[in-house]
Amino acid sequence: MNLSAGWIIFYLLVFPGFLFTTVVGLVYVWVDRKVTARVQFRVGPPFLQPFFDFFKLLGKDTFVPEGAPRSIFFGAPILGLASVSILSTVLLVSNFFPSQAFGGDLIVVLYLFAFIPIILIMGASASSNPISALGGSREMTLYLAYELPLLFALATIIVKSGGQLKIGDLLNWQWANRPFLYSVSGAFAFVSAFLCIQAKMGFVPFDIAEAETEIMGGIVIEHSGPVLGVLKLTKAMLYFVVSIFLTIFFWGGFRMPVKGEWWHIFGWLKPIAILVLMVLIKNTNPRLRVDQALRFFWSIVLALSVIGFILAAVARSAQTPILWL
Amino acid sequence: MAELEPRVIPIGPFHPLQEEAEYFKLTVEGEKVIHLDIQLGYMHRGHGKICEGKTYDQIPFVVERICGICSTSHPFACVQAIEDAANIEIPPRAAYIRSIVGELERIHSHLLWLGLAGHFLGYNTVWMWAWKYREPVLEMCEVITGNRNHYAMFKPGGVRRDIEEGMIPPLLQVLDKLDKKLWMLTKAVLDDPVLHARLEGVGILTKEKAIEYSTEGPTGRASGVAIDVRKDDPHAAYDWIEWEEIVLTEGDVFAKAKVRLLECLESTKIIRQCLEKLKGLPEGDIDAKMTDPPDDEGVGRYEAPRGEVFHYVKGNGSMYPERYKIRAPSYMNIKSNEVAVLGGSVADAAITLAAVDPCYCCTERIAAFDTKGKLLHTWDDLVRLSREKTAKMGGGS
Repeated sequence: MNLSAGWIIFYLLVFPGFLFTTVVGLVYVWVDRKVTARVQFRVGPPFLQPFFDFFKLLGKDTFVPEGAPRSIFFGAPILGLASVSILSTVLLVSNFFPSQAFGGDLIVVLYLFAFIPIILIMGASASSNPISALGGSREMTLYLAYELPLLFALATIIVKSGGQLKIGDLLNWQWANRPFLYSVSGAFAFVSAFLCIQAKMGFVPFDIAEAETEIMGGIVIEHSGPVLGVLKLTKAMLYFVVSIFLTIFFWGGFRMPVKGEWWHIFGWLKPIAILVLMVLIKNTNPRLRVDQALRFFWSIVLALSVIGFILAAVARSAQTPILWL
Repeated sequence: MAELEPRVIPIGPFHPLQEEAEYFKLTVEGEKVIHLDIQLGYMHRGHGKICEGKTYDQIPFVVERICGICSTSHPFACVQAIEDAANIEIPPRAAYIRSIVGELERIHSHLLWLGLAGHFLGYNTVWMWAWKYREPVLEMCEVITGNRNHYAMFKPGGVRRDIEEGMIPPLLQVLDKLDKKLWMLTKAVLDDPVLHARLEGVGILTKEKAIEYSTEGPTGRASGVAIDVRKDDPHAAYDWIEWEEIVLTEGDVFAKAKVRLLECLESTKIIRQCLEKLKGLPEGDIDAKMTDPPDDEGVGRYEAPRGEVFHYVKGNGSMYPERYKIRAPSYMNIKSNEVAVLGGSVADAAITLAAVDPCYCCTERIAAFDTKGKLLHTWDDLVRLSREKTAKMGGGS
């Protein structure tokens, strides 16, 4: 708990924060593009393509639309990048060095997660373009749609673990007992959290706020050059962060259920498996309308997570907590 | 964020939705579309006028270039107009070959549309898969005509290349494989619950409105308007073989997709029968020579993948036509969007606009304005000018 300032800066900027997440995030983008390409009978890009794309954007001009408040227009993407870096630091530090995590970090993670769509909406409304305002309003609706089921899904695992609010403790509980995913209530919670994350990432069927063929990129339509690059980088880092988010909260982190330290290397495959699942869903569905997405989250997904929550509460209230339920 | 004062969401003149120049001005309240203004005419090329300076042998090549996708529909109607004017009967073998090429084009055009529709819905996998399965069709076109597109196959009086006996069995084999893939795609699209949710009841064009806007082709047939030139005015080989006209009554985007998919399957049926019939006909008899240039009017109609293509030609005994007029289907179909998108959301508008399979090269008309924005030729002026010209040429009523 008593970290020196040097270590905190190292954690934030190098590992597991900004630099590490950037590199892994761009690799994840490559995995996404490659899997997508293979599903669609295409060859797909070379490994370094996402890096080239990012560096290319850094060298381009930035246009600031007339009437856009510069502070928000430039500030929002940077805030987004910062919050994703902190998010990944908090999540990974809890996973690798549980003793150095702080109490209530789960709450911080939830706040930072909520911060990202708000940043996007801020950036969109700062660009004074009717289309990006439309994109912003869609993002807002979508955020309201998925936030409640996501909170219920997390409440499920908190109840199941007996009220742990520290990510490290949640992980310890999973290692001591079993990952939440391998129980009925946990599976319900995982499915609904997974769908919420799909929406948070703006993946098809929930890429409603960007909808290239409807509103031409929507929230990012007026961004160009390095500003767009930073937004894309934030998105790329989010690829990695959401997959470790699901791995840590539902699948027992990076540890494998076998003896021997070396096996844990394969734990890195878990977030990749989650990413591939997300990409496959993305490639086998058309885009929903925003009202349909709202209805979907507030009926089916919310029902799933509430069922999970009730089951978890039942399992906990038994004399000895029922692990499989 | 979504204040309720109307604002304009532009689709076009250049928009990732459609790769051609067009302008749909959507007036929206929040997400709801309350008005649509359609502006076309960004790429006027004046094909009718160009044709008046070409000989009858050259015209099919010119009209072929009106559209890359309908690159056999326009020559089809064109050669029929010329034959009508010159009173030429084409040999049956040429008629069968024309139908084969026409139907191959229909399949590849509908698959192209299906792919694009998937792309517009963010369903890029359908896009890539549909275009992959379109590839054997283009290869068949190449085997038969020598080109994947712009076939240069038709000439007044017949066709330029024969389909030899030895080519028929391999073509039939490819057709069998294609049929399986088409069935798979059809089922995949018709059974997808999310597609149902997105397309059913969206962009409904009622039968009355479909007739009022003179829609044709799959757009009309999905709304219950049973018009198909191949049935109503049979030509080439279409009344010598068995096939069905697909008509649905729902009028929504889903029905339009269904009509096109089922039509693809009908087309493979037509091609298969034509290929079988070719076996019994003498090889090489594909051209009734056109000896004298026409001295009369003629019209040609063909059911292009998007609807009826109409060509009119007026000859005066010289090598060049005196008047050439082309009417393409998309111009009618696109206008019907004025009613189809109203009341829907912006998200639905994108796919509804695309559901008529708009082909903007076919739609180009011009209006002349002076520098202050005043229309130079009104409708009445144009009618008067046209009558004066007809009178000058000494014909017409």
